[in-house]
Amino acid sequence: MIPDLGTHAVAVLTAYGISAVLIFAIVVLSLLQARRAKRRLDAAEGRKSD
Amino acid sequence: MFALYLRDVRLALRSGSGTANALAFFLLLVLLVSLGVGPGREGLAAVAPGMIWVGTLLSCLFSLDRMFVPDHDDGVLEVLVTGPAPVEGIAAAKALAHWTTIGLPLTAASPFFAYLFSLPAGAYPWLVLSIAMGTPALSFIGMFSAALTFPLRRGSLLLSLLVLPMYLPTLILGVQTVKLAAVGASMLPVLLFLGGVTLIAVAATPFAAAFALRANLG
Amino acid sequence: MNLGHGSGAGAASRSTIWDYANPARFMSATGRILPAASATAGGTLAVGVFWSFFLTPDDYQHGATVKIMFLHVPAALMAINGWLMMLAASLVWLVRRHHVSALAAKAAAPVGLTMTLIALATGAIWGKPAWGAYWVWDPRLTSFLVLLTFYIAYVALWEAIDNPDLAADLTSILCIVGSVFALLSRYAVLFWSQGLHQGASLSLDRESHIDNAYYVPLLVCIAGFVMSFLVLVLLRTRNEIRLRQLAVRTARRDLA
Repeated sequence: MIPDLGTHAVAVLTAYGISAVLIFAIVVLSLLQARRAKRRLDAAEGRKSD
Repeated sequence: MFALYLRDVRLALRSGSGTANALAFFLLLVLLVSLGVGPGREGLAAVAPGMIWVGTLLSCLFSLDRMFVPDHDDGVLEVLVTGPAPVEGIAAAKALAHWTTIGLPLTAASPFFAYLFSLPAGAYPWLVLSIAMGTPALSFIGMFSAALTFPLRRGSLLLSLLVLPMYLPTLILGVQTVKLAAVGASMLPVLLFLGGVTLIAVAATPFAAAFALRANLG
Repeated sequence: MNLGHGSGAGAASRSTIWDYANPARFMSATGRILPAASATAGGTLAVGVFWSFFLTPDDYQHGATVKIMFLHVPAALMAINGWLMMLAASLVWLVRRHHVSALAAKAAAPVGLTMTLIALATGAIWGKPAWGAYWVWDPRLTSFLVLLTFYIAYVALWEAIDNPDLAADLTSILCIVGSVFALLSRYAVLFWSQGLHQGASLSLDRESHIDNAYYVPLLVCIAGFVMSFLVLVLLRTRNEIRLRQLAVRTARRDLA
């Protein structure tokens, strides 16, 4: 399945791996930030309309 | 504005901390690096351009947090900014005072440090010239960064973080000038570029700093 | 989002109305397109990466490591363009005082920083087979390291200042002045390394890689990175707007 990367297998896999981790990290952090922001704003708006 | 400049210079010299600290720090740096690198003349000469310039950079850093903070704490800064003098001029005066008390002495002391680092003789005049041309940029860029961070508690660390990236062109070009001079190559284009960077820094930062000062005090 | 909501608050400053004006339109518009945009971006990125990893031939010179180019080039492009976007947004803030613009710049910084990290990591890893070392002070890599320090400085300044409008002002002017010196730094680094690393720079050999086998997947990856960047910035800007509205509400409630 994984193509024959020859002698450079480690290099290519590490590069793709690190990139994947970094992209995953920024996406997850942004989504968590979104959830936090929405939750807290909704709570504040809910409280205000009381 | 000239009065402000003179006042700052006098204050710095009287308290004695700025100039003396800068030179003492430089000496310490020379000692540390020499001990680290070993006494061999080639080793020292190789690191000389870089170390002298890094020393210059760091010495300029140390005195930056005193540029606006004391005046801000005393309320003097607010009076100055709302006073008749243009804020850009105040910023420039502060930067000039910093250069007079730090950059200029460092320029004068640089041949001495170059000797300790076994810099080849042919490079001396170019070293002094590069530091003379580069340190104003360091003072003015430092002044701008100080204008951004002076109200913050413990703003010194952030100040360093902000200022060092902007110091890089001057550092790179200054070191390159001395390195080329040490091997006898033509360093004039690099030196001119260094001068250009300084001109840009001196021309642009007072306006940017004035904006920051007004924003911070507004 | 009630546009008239802010105008009734007596003690609140003019900025309260701004929080609900443009931002409202921004929020509703982006809220509608974000799901589809995210899917498109993710899909394009996935296609690009899959294609690059599995379906591209080895380079005669670099072997399989040429596959790293498909990540390095788009990331490097977005690292630079991210900063340029922040610069534009900062200028808009300084001139037009649109809060959404200031918050967009703030939102973009971590994404651009991540792109810079990817560019540096992939560049270094690619460098090992190409030059025998993980790090060389090649002008391009060095410039990206410099760019990283500027990103860090920008983010640090945002975090250090409590007042959001003041933070927007100071970070904007930092972005502008920083851009000047970042550009000067780029040219200075070129001067610096010319004598030392002749021929060792990571030139992209566009001539040799203009092969369709490389060109098309590279374009797809670039498109994927660009779209992902935009989606992430839109998402994060929405977050910043919400957090800003939260802060305004909290402040008003405390004042009441």
